[in-house]
Order: sequence, then C-alpha cells, then structure tokens
Amino acid sequence: MTAAAFGALADTPSSGRRKAWMRSEEARGLALISPTFLYALALLFLPVLIVIAYSFWTQDYLDIDRTFTLENYRQALTEPIYRDLFVRSLWISLTVSIVTVVFSYPVAWFISFHGGVHKNLWLFLVTVPCWTSYLLRVMSWKVILGYGGVMNTGLISMGLIDKPLTSLLYNSNAVVITLVHSWAAFAILPIYVSLQKIDRTLIEAARDLGDSRLKAFLRITLPVSLPGIISAFLIVMIPTVGDYVTPRLVGGKDGVMIATAIQAQFGKAANWPLGAALSVTTMVLVSLTAAAVVLALKFTVRRIR
Amino acid sequence: MSLLTQRLRVLPFLPAYVALYFLFLYLPILLLPVFSFNDAATTTFPLAGFTTKWYASLAGNSVMLQAAWNSLVVGVAVSLLSTVLGICAARAITRYRFRGQRAAAGLIMAPLFLPEIIVAVSLLMIVLAMGVELSLITVILGQTVFCVPYAMSVLVSGFEGFDRSLEEASYDLGETAIGTFRRVTLPVVAPAIVSSLLVTFTISLDEFILAFFLSGTEPTLPVYIWGQLRFAAKLPGVLALGSVMLVASILMLTLAEILRRRAERRTQMAFTLP
Repeated sequence: MTAAAFGALADTPSSGRRKAWMRSEEARGLALISPTFLYALALLFLPVLIVIAYSFWTQDYLDIDRTFTLENYRQALTEPIYRDLFVRSLWISLTVSIVTVVFSYPVAWFISFHGGVHKNLWLFLVTVPCWTSYLLRVMSWKVILGYGGVMNTGLISMGLIDKPLTSLLYNSNAVVITLVHSWAAFAILPIYVSLQKIDRTLIEAARDLGDSRLKAFLRITLPVSLPGIISAFLIVMIPTVGDYVTPRLVGGKDGVMIATAIQAQFGKAANWPLGAALSVTTMVLVSLTAAAVVLALKFTVRRIR
Repeated sequence: MSLLTQRLRVLPFLPAYVALYFLFLYLPILLLPVFSFNDAATTTFPLAGFTTKWYASLAGNSVMLQAAWNSLVVGVAVSLLSTVLGICAARAITRYRFRGQRAAAGLIMAPLFLPEIIVAVSLLMIVLAMGVELSLITVILGQTVFCVPYAMSVLVSGFEGFDRSLEEASYDLGETAIGTFRRVTLPVVAPAIVSSLLVTFTISLDEFILAFFLSGTEPTLPVYIWGQLRFAAKLPGVLALGSVMLVASILMLTLAEILRRRAERRTQMAFTLP
C-alpha cells in the first residue's frame, strides 16, 4: 500500500513534499521497522488469518471444502471430550498463573526492596533456569516426581514413607508444579519492574502518618504494582493454556490438555479445519477468562484501597 | 542499611522463603547433571557410583551427532536472522517516533503472548498450504518469528539512552549515514548485539515445539531427545546430553548477561561524556 502511495506521489507536483516526508523522522522510522514488521506480518499475522479461515472450512478426505460452515465450532464446543479438555486447560492455566504470581510476588518484592546493589545479579539468577531447555526441565520433573523417582526414593530412604507415593506423577498437580516452575521468571520480571517504579518516600510518608505496614502495603505498594501483576498474570496464563510438552510428559491420562487434541488434528486425525477451530476457540476462551480475571483484580484492589 | 535490616526483622521468614524459592528453581536443573554421572540406568536415590560412560556413549552416537549439527546450523541461522531483524526494529523504536509504532511493535512482540502451539500450527498450515517441504529452513523461519521479541528486548535495552548528539556530531563532521553507524553507533551497541546473538542462539538450541512441527525428517536436538524419551533404557544417555546442553546454555547466557551490562555501562558513559 505504501509502495503504491509512493508511486502515485512521484508523478504529482507534490513530489517536493514527498521528498521532505522521505527525509522525515516518520519515514525513516517506518522504513527501518518495515523488514521486521513485514516478517511478522508474513509469518505470524498471515498464518493466524489462515488458521481462522480454515476453521470455517471442512476436511473432505484429502481436499478442503471451502464452503462456510460453523460445524467445526459446533464440534469443538459441544463434544464432551473437547469440552472437558477446554475446561481442564483453562483451569490448569488459571491455577498456574495465580500460583506463579502469588509465589513470585514476595521474591520480586524482596529483590526490589532488599536486593541492594546486586539487584541485577538476583534477576539474572532468577532467569537462568527459565532460559535452559524447557523439554529438559519437564523431563527433570518427571525424574523427580516419578514412581521410582527422586522424591519417592528420597522420602523412603529418609524413612518418612514406606512405599512410593503414586499421587505425585501423571496427574494435573504434576502439570501445575512443572508449569509454575517453567514460568516463574516470566512472573517475577514484570512485577519487579512495577515495584521499582514505586516512590519509596510514599511508603515512608504513609508509615509516618500512622498506617500499619500491612495498610501501607495494601494502599500503596499493591495498587502501584498492579500493572506488573496483570502483565505477569497474562504472560503466564495465555501461553500455558496451549502447553503441549508438560501434559504429555508428566500429565498422564488425568492431565491431558487441549494442545494434545490440536496436535492430533494436524497429525494422525488429519482434520485441519477442526484443529484450526480448536485453536481459535482456545484463544478466544483464554482471552475471555484472562479479561475476566484482570477486571476482578482491578476491582478488588480498588476496593481494598 | 539499618533501615533495611530493621524492615527485614519484621519479615524474618522472607529470606528463608526466597532461599526455598531458589531451591525450587534450581533443583530440577541441578539433578540432571547429578544423575548423568550416576552408574545406574534408573534415576533413584541413593546414587550408585560415579561413571562417565553415558558421556562416552554420546560420542559414538551418529544420529545424535547429526541432530546436534542440525541444531547448530539452525541456531546460527536463527540468531543471525532474528538479531538483524531485531536491530532494525529496536533502532526504529528507540530512535524515531512514528504513527503505528505501538501497533507494529505489538505485532512483533506478539509471540511472547501467544500459546506456542498456535504459532506452530499456523506456521505449519501456511508452509504446507504453499507446498513447501518441511526442512531445517522451515524451522529457521519459524524459530525466528519466536526469537525476534527476545532479540528486540535485549537490543532495546542496549540502544536506549544512546546519546543522539554523538551521531549528529558525526553527521555534522561530514560522515555518511553508513559511516556513522559503523564508526559511532556500532562500537557503542556492539555488546548488546552480541548479547542478542547469544540469547537467540540459546533459545533456538532449546526450542522444541516449533522444531517438532516444522522439522520434517531432520530432527534438532530437542526433537531427537523427545524421540528418545519413549525408551526408559535411553534415559541416562539423554541425561548426559541434556547436561551438556544445560552447561552450554548457562555459559552462553552468562556471557550474554556480562555483555549486556557492559553495553548498558557503555551507553551511560557515552551519555555522560561532555
């Protein structure tokens, strides 16, 4: 579109203005960002549009029938197997994001308020495990939680239990533990950034004017760090809903999530339109749930204030 | 300091909590190396004895070595491509103001906020719909989409605070745009660029989902590991391989962090020069 606009402008008397624009901040900025932007457009935006288009089509053996239909969505939303998977995926990702934020907040607070001169080192130490291979970490949790695994054999050799606990692995709890571990740093960083923005004298002032520590925290620290809490929540919840590796490795029958069903439609089942509809439904459902939680959070914090 | 310790006395459990939290974070990645030296095919306590045979078995595993080579090729290509794209975007965002800036940055950063499987599935559909064969090239193209946001955040923090008047001085003294970039901008931001290369290489090395969907018949290391996990007997070998990958990742990340901090210091120094 911009290229066409350039072409049209070139033959008009306003080409002087065009030259001025070309030299302007705006043109240079646009020109500079365009390779990256076009790359994302071609390999992210366009593919997502294609997924949406496919979700309204039908698989006809090896061909795709391109008449508009809502049949895939009817299947996705009414078949009990998919409904259960959606409910479980949303429930797990909601639990994971809330647990991660709640457990990470004190650590972010500790680094921000008591990190001293080594704040950057603390942050680095928090992020290192999250940058290492995700697959390997999930595998490691399998080793820890398994029947003959570290946790069980360790507890037995300490004499705390007589026989291995079977409740550790292959259920949704194992999925939650593993995902909380995977996403810890993604929750700490945004919360830390928002805590850093708090004017420390505000808290001192509240204390001087007679607020208790808890009250000062609830009335100043918590509301000001709310944007950080919200982005931490979103950056954990939305990606975890579609997690594939963790449920497959540690979830067992009890911890299967929607990604397994999506993958099956692109593999063995070979029903792309249904897989596309499942993907779109996942995104819509997780966005709605996340939006509801964000609204609830904002409302609660305002009430506390 | 006395104020801080005073405040901490009110929350005596907090340091203990932070210590526990770090134990939770590091336990899984410390266990892999421990069991990779364990002289038993199972991962149980107490440990059975020290051995390096699992590492020795890796050297003769030609399928694994081919996967490692594939990972190296993909990693180098992805880190170069995503860092170049990241430089363009980070520079555009830190240096210029233009309409649509937020929208463009939002789209580029979107993979951070999307379930990876959806990115993978949509890429698979467009690749197959265009009739392109799955290969390492499709993995490179896909992982780059996923790595650009990380490259960009590293680079933006390196470019921010860069003093524009240095470049203006260079223009005023007759240097061309390219010359200015090479002789003024680049030396200041070079550590951030290297840091971005290292971070994106690490992400690519460890990335599984996109590689799993897009690699076709040429596996990268994580895809190879995924295939091995089905066989319990192969576990110790996988643990040894995993430990090597862990150490490599941590070394590269540490180096990246050191460079990133140097970049920060450099831009600040350039900023304070008279």
